[in-house]
Amino acid sequence: MKASATFESGVLTDERPGAVKPPRDLWEKHKGGLVLVECPQRIPCNPCNTSCPTGAIVPFEDINNVPTINYEKCTGCAMCVAKCPGLACFVVDLTWGEEIALLKLPYEMLPLPQKGSTVKCLGRTGEIVCEGKVENILEPLKDRTKVVHVAIPSDKVGDVRAIEVA
Amino acid sequence: MRELKTDILVIGGGPAGLSAAAAAARAGAEVTIAESDLHLGGQLVKQSHKFFGSKEEYAGIRGFEIAKILKDEIAQYGSRVSTMLNTTVSGYYGDEGVVTAMTGEEEYLRIAPKRIVITSGAQERLIPFPNNDIPGVYGAGAVQTLMNVYGVVPGKRVLMIGAGNIGLIVSYQLMQAGVEVVAILEAMPKIGGYWVHAAKVRRLGVPILLRHSIKRALGGDLVTGAEILELDDNFSQVGETETVECDTICLAVGLTPTNELLWQVGCKMKYVPFLCGHVPFRDKEMRTSNEKIWMAGDVSGIEEASAAMIEGRLAGLGAAKSLGLNIEPGGFEKYWSRLNSLRAGEVGEKIRVGVSAVVVDGWADVQ
Repeated sequence: MKASATFESGVLTDERPGAVKPPRDLWEKHKGGLVLVECPQRIPCNPCNTSCPTGAIVPFEDINNVPTINYEKCTGCAMCVAKCPGLACFVVDLTWGEEIALLKLPYEMLPLPQKGSTVKCLGRTGEIVCEGKVENILEPLKDRTKVVHVAIPSDKVGDVRAIEVA
Repeated sequence: MRELKTDILVIGGGPAGLSAAAAAARAGAEVTIAESDLHLGGQLVKQSHKFFGSKEEYAGIRGFEIAKILKDEIAQYGSRVSTMLNTTVSGYYGDEGVVTAMTGEEEYLRIAPKRIVITSGAQERLIPFPNNDIPGVYGAGAVQTLMNVYGVVPGKRVLMIGAGNIGLIVSYQLMQAGVEVVAILEAMPKIGGYWVHAAKVRRLGVPILLRHSIKRALGGDLVTGAEILELDDNFSQVGETETVECDTICLAVGLTPTNELLWQVGCKMKYVPFLCGHVPFRDKEMRTSNEKIWMAGDVSGIEEASAAMIEGRLAGLGAAKSLGLNIEPGGFEKYWSRLNSLRAGEVGEKIRVGVSAVVVDGWADVQ
């Protein structure tokens, strides 16, 4: 039984509208990180915009549009990470440490990881990419969607999108 | 036999029915909701995921919380909205303008409403395969009820059939309950549900096998596995049959409108594949060909809860308006504009085409 890693089966395989990376120069020096949204399908949904306190997720002209981002306004606050019903928002802070980045990802599973613990970090098909250290666990909206802060090697920020439920 | 009188009888207390009741009660109508389940909210009560859509339709809020919001909304109308739980409407007697209903197994009663809004929802489709009657083969709705209403997991290893939104969401909910999802099979060459729903189960390691389906369930007294197969463009098998070990097979292969009552009433109906079954013709106020009957939600065509809630508002307004009550000014335009905006994208295309086949400006030409 082999599932192919195709876009049609729910795996992001390349950058496309609604799933783009921030501009590298701004990203590398922006403390707190910048948002990465992986929402490449036009669906009627806009909570990322309505939850964004700075207007970095640009208001939708048509609610079916994919999100567009004004990175100049993004503070990396991760409110969209907590709010997005598709769990499609992530924040990556490249200034976290030497060769170490901080990834803020949504988490709705049990058990919760322990703060300070080492966890396995998973890619877009659940494959183990690397290990990471859980730096913080927040619940910004008090609605049971946690935002887990995990420190990972900087060169893995394009690959890690989950942590193992263990 | 008791006969109950009411301005508007809403049949079904799910998202469409509660919204219809709220809109009609706001206009001043006396509303009675007949709900066959033991609680209001319909499928919303099982939805632990956050909803999509816009703020007006509670985007970003979990489904069961939306059920609470709607219940609170109708509660503010006090005795103007009354609810009959555990009550199944069993028939419509047009000559007398009466419906019959059964509350539990105790009481058979008559309800004489001035107007009726039918929001009876949908039922699950099942697919035939050998052994699909052995314990462990479930519909996705049953799995959700077990897990999210009663707190019981259906098994330990689940094979999901269907990668529409229900298959994807229920897979995610199973994982939240600590259940392993071995794989999700989808007969089509692409997932049917929202891409982001698929991405969130993929990144937790659940394989989604496109162009795959189930051949048979394995096991005697209980499911012990399944034979699965790969399909070509003509849905014929290619390659070898594979065996998957699992103790639960969950079917999420679509819904069809629960339309029996509409048939019995004699509403003019049409088979619309994009709406997943026979659905009634309706005017822009969600009135059927019967001048005293409105409808909304999945019974009008399979869509999703956000649209059902808006259609419910339209139907509630329509029924209230026909009683001569003062409805919110611009209400129809407001709700149609929200509905059109939700349906405007690619994923709404089938709905748009489907609905356009059954929305009428007048009844003269409808066969």
